[in-house]
Amino acid sequence: MMTTEAIEALRELGIHIATRQPDAVKSADVILGELTVLAERDHIVSLLRFLRDDQQCNFETFIDVCGVDYPERTERFEVVYHLLSMRMNHRVRVRISTDEDTPVPSVVGLWPAANWFEREAFDMYGIQFSDHPDLRRILTDYGFEGYPLRKDFPLTGHYEVRYDDLEKRVVYEPVELPQEYRNFDFLSPWEGMTSHIPGDEKAEEPSE
Amino acid sequence: MADTAHISEMEDRKFTLNFGPQHPAAHGVLRMILDLDGEVVTRVDSHIGLLHRGTEKLLEYKTFLQGMPYFDRLDYCSPMNQEHAWCLAIEKLLGVDVPRRASLIRVLYSELGRIMSHLLNVTTQILDVGALTPITWGFEEREKLCVFYERASGSRMHAAYFRPGGVHQDLPQNLIDDIAEWCDQFPGKLDQIESLVTENRIFKQRNVDIGLVDEKTIMEWGFSGVMVRGSGFAWDLRRSQPYECYSELDFKIPVGRNGDNYDRYVCRMEEMRESVKIMQQCIDLMSKEGPGPVLVPGSKLAPPRRAEMKNSMEALIHHFKLYTEGFHVPEGETYVAIEAPKGEFGVYLVSDGTNRPYRAKIRAPGYPHLQAMDHLSKGHMLADVSAILGSLDIVFGEIDR
Repeated sequence: MMTTEAIEALRELGIHIATRQPDAVKSADVILGELTVLAERDHIVSLLRFLRDDQQCNFETFIDVCGVDYPERTERFEVVYHLLSMRMNHRVRVRISTDEDTPVPSVVGLWPAANWFEREAFDMYGIQFSDHPDLRRILTDYGFEGYPLRKDFPLTGHYEVRYDDLEKRVVYEPVELPQEYRNFDFLSPWEGMTSHIPGDEKAEEPSE
Repeated sequence: MADTAHISEMEDRKFTLNFGPQHPAAHGVLRMILDLDGEVVTRVDSHIGLLHRGTEKLLEYKTFLQGMPYFDRLDYCSPMNQEHAWCLAIEKLLGVDVPRRASLIRVLYSELGRIMSHLLNVTTQILDVGALTPITWGFEEREKLCVFYERASGSRMHAAYFRPGGVHQDLPQNLIDDIAEWCDQFPGKLDQIESLVTENRIFKQRNVDIGLVDEKTIMEWGFSGVMVRGSGFAWDLRRSQPYECYSELDFKIPVGRNGDNYDRYVCRMEEMRESVKIMQQCIDLMSKEGPGPVLVPGSKLAPPRRAEMKNSMEALIHHFKLYTEGFHVPEGETYVAIEAPKGEFGVYLVSDGTNRPYRAKIRAPGYPHLQAMDHLSKGHMLADVSAILGSLDIVFGEIDR
């Protein structure tokens, strides 16, 4: 889909970003025709300001911020920024990592559009953003507890809601499943097969 | 004495109004808390999430194929456009190219979806400012489009027609002929609606110079789609970052001049005419190039043919495995964006090499647009709020996800 020149241009842009912001950038790679920058959490605001204002980068349009959860890592959350330059017609992805307690510097000061996206990441993962003007929950119910997109949050949630005809109001109750939620493991055991088949060694054994 | 009475009257002018969540002009379930000074809006606090269904969480627990129908339920005004982004993201990670005929069908139905969405938005926006007739005319045409959806996929709305690797089934020739016939008469219907609305004095009074969007607003608030084009910037992902076969199709990108509600209305009307042209080109190309496969042939993405399954054990196993385990997507991450009717609809997909997505983030165009409501409405009158909301093209399926 992408021409080799376009990929080469992105690679050069990655080198440009890495040389101009050596403190903030850990690595910059082009994979599947997309430029991904791994960055330091503490320098994220200065890096994104550079990406926005630099003439070669010109990433003026804010596209997205979202969290990703990797519970097995020491810093379990990744925060992923997507930016777009309409003038230069290219995109960039910036990734940083954080944990439950360490706040990420907010970029609302650079783009007001980041406001709701950061609120959503806070709502879904409990990622803290420092200097955010209004870090409230956004998508979940009023009075919701827990962070639904974390991998350790159950798909069914903890509470269910129904209208109680006797009390004439909506009531919240702990989830009661008439049948256990079925989560099949469809991963085929055949995928893990090696060229070595158990029992093959018998053919090699010398006959007695 | 008279002075104090005057001051208390001034203070009385400030009050807070609750708009929604059930309000016909809210285009769904939106609750807005409006701080007013007399009739002038000073602050808008939008409360969203009343339609939140946890789509992103559900996607993590389903195979790639099972997750696809959730995309119909995001922006339910143009379901197939959403499916398109999901399929493109999966195909990018898999490194699969879609067969030619499937690509043409996808573009045909994407543009059909664009007309469906714009017809709904334009006519309801007109309704929001007081005109009752256009919505009945627009929905008559929209109904025909729903039937085309049904004839292709079996469902009027939640089509589940685009599949990773192509589309589910080929289109019958008489359906293609009927779409071609519809394309010929539709611009006339648009003329009718325009004759009522475009030069209408009341419509202009309610929309010209309302909800102005300038370049700074576009960049700062992450706007896309018609919200950008209405302000005079010819930014369209179909042209600037083309996907499918858009690069070989001939179409114009209508742009506005002033970036107000009225220009966005005119842009949408013109875009529908361009979409009709794209659809006609697709139909011509399809008849010229003749039949062909619509799902990647011989791959693990396409189910085997029913007749084959009667005789071949492998085909039967393949069918069973495809619909239970699904296919595995190689480890990696990608962000794929399409030009949905409402703007840039993106999917950020992280795969860990299994049959289910590790993370799927849906970037809905309406989300940043609605976020800017506070910025756009400040200083406008209360009655303009619903006019601005109408021209933002808001659908809560995609905002609340």
